Amino acid sequence: MSATTLSGAAAAEPVHSLWTVAAEAPSIEYAQLSPTLIVLGAAVVGILVEAFAPRRARYGVQVALASLGFAGAFAAVLALAMGGYATDKAAVAGVGAVAVDGPALFLQGVILLVALVAVFTFAERRLEPRAGGGPVDSFAAQPAAVPGGEGEKAAVKAGWTTTEIFPLLLFAVGGMLLFPAANDLLTLFIALEVFSLPLYLLCALARRRRLLSQEAAVKYFLLGAFSSAFLIFGIALLYGYAGTVSYAGIAEVVEGTVPSPGPALAASMSSDALLLVGGAMVVMGLLFKVGAVPFHMWTPDVYQGAPTPVTGFMAAATKVAAFGALLRLLYVVLPGLRWDWEPVLWGVAIVSMLLGAVVAITQTDVKRLLAYSSIAHAGFILAGVVATSPEGVSSVLFYLLAYSFVTLGAFSVVTLVRDAGGEATHLSKWAGLGRRSPLVAAVFAVFLLAFAGIPLTSGFAGKFAVFKAAAEGGAGALVVVGVIASAIAAFFYVRVIVLMFFSEPSPEGPTVAIPSAFTTVAIGVGVAVTLVLGVAPQYFLDLAGQAGVFVR
Amino acid sequence: MNPVNYLYLAALLFTIGATGVLIRRNAIIVFMSIELMLNAANLTLVAFSRMHGNLDGQIMAFFVMVVAAAEVVVGLAIIVMLYRSRHSASVDDASLMKL
Repeated sequence: MSATTLSGAAAAEPVHSLWTVAAEAPSIEYAQLSPTLIVLGAAVVGILVEAFAPRRARYGVQVALASLGFAGAFAAVLALAMGGYATDKAAVAGVGAVAVDGPALFLQGVILLVALVAVFTFAERRLEPRAGGGPVDSFAAQPAAVPGGEGEKAAVKAGWTTTEIFPLLLFAVGGMLLFPAANDLLTLFIALEVFSLPLYLLCALARRRRLLSQEAAVKYFLLGAFSSAFLIFGIALLYGYAGTVSYAGIAEVVEGTVPSPGPALAASMSSDALLLVGGAMVVMGLLFKVGAVPFHMWTPDVYQGAPTPVTGFMAAATKVAAFGALLRLLYVVLPGLRWDWEPVLWGVAIVSMLLGAVVAITQTDVKRLLAYSSIAHAGFILAGVVATSPEGVSSVLFYLLAYSFVTLGAFSVVTLVRDAGGEATHLSKWAGLGRRSPLVAAVFAVFLLAFAGIPLTSGFAGKFAVFKAAAEGGAGALVVVGVIASAIAAFFYVRVIVLMFFSEPSPEGPTVAIPSAFTTVAIGVGVAVTLVLGVAPQYFLDLAGQAGVFVR
Repeated sequence: MNPVNYLYLAALLFTIGATGVLIRRNAIIVFMSIELMLNAANLTLVAFSRMHGNLDGQIMAFFVMVVAAAEVVVGLAIIVMLYRSRHSASVDDASLMKL
């Protein structure tokens, strides 16, 4: 790092010469960083569009810009993977800040595909009744206006929409792309904030039930900021322990293989408290984003209150990004601490699986039910994480791919079932949906079966891979608990299916809105991925298997 | 002065902040407590930077300040929005989704 050259020069010469040292510009590998740069660049252009384009033109421009940005970034990821950066040319880019390797590229690809589909669900404008002579989406007309007040009425009457959601989405995705690739603790923290802050705002922007939406945003924001404070304090302690923030440097210190430690490093290296407390706090911050017990409290409220397209995106993409970062931290930085973190994550995985599955049984709201199911799934994925083997990494990668599309599809279906007050999310209203609109109910049933892990769906292939890796990694007891939790979870998934198909529809029940091509494509992609990964998972398992090695 | 003393002070500030988040009821105060935690982390970073004799920690402290500023922008926007629609910034009142 250039900091060392600066301080070296300062020691030899008077202080003023600090400013005369010719700073050498670091070389940046723009090609390897291009996926993130494309998305963030599109986000900045999106802001400019908001500032300069007339209100009428913004929606079309923003949707096109976001879609093109994600598609272009995905093409860049593909090009990098084809170019061998996922395997033999894997390297560290951006002066050691970003890793370009198999897991990073695989997860970036998944996040970008999820984001591309999420743009379609954000852009859906046929579900809400028209306002102000034009179609509107499910985001607030004027988020700053008081719910039910004069300002809101005027904004709705004028047919305003919040097209800022697209730049916010782009910024969030930019942070998520960086998060699993972060190769030092500073990048990790910045990436976390870059993707969290737009999500807090997106949560607050629902058009209907705005009080719930605002409440969800406040809870998410306060708890998220609280957890990121723990993360940064943990980072500070790890820095104090190792004297560096780079992953490779810390790993070297943890393993005790530093060639010639200076006096300060020798003193701090001997303090295990810094390492253990710091590592625990950083892992805690990541487990919060993952939504694992005991850091899951925000999940049900935020999933229920946020606008459903945002919930779907957040549930899918945040989990992918956060598990990527967690994997890299545990496998690259703290493998020397394996015997310390393994038992803790065992406990977290078991409690997450059981609590998620058991509490989901008592839920009466579809979005809350899916939230508790996501907590249980965090537990299943953690079972693959504690396998501590290359198979464990690749099984987690595959599970994340499978899970994210099921989640996105399921939440897209939830946007379609509506009554006069907007989305009808109470489970009692879903009774008899299978008789009223068999297609939508059947699609939702496919997603539920995939969540439950029934064969021929992607959920089965994912769970099988994760449990197999865990069993081979010596976590047999964890697999037993996982199978029991899956059985409990299957009970409430099947209960919803029975409710949809085998009970009488009530006469004042909800209607199923006919969506535009956007949501149809989103749900179609979800079903296609679920079935393809379920029927022929081998190609994708091999792909994840090749991508399972971290660069250091 | 021994830089380790700054670490003790930072740990104390962090604990005060965390306690504030857990026991205070006004969203603004909770948010201020979180900022106190971030600043405790800053102090830790700077103290360790001094002890190790490299600049990484000081650079990070600058980044944390920028992030804290961005968080204020987003956080106050959300809290003010909540206050305008409920005429209360109490985190206990925001309980529409309680089971």
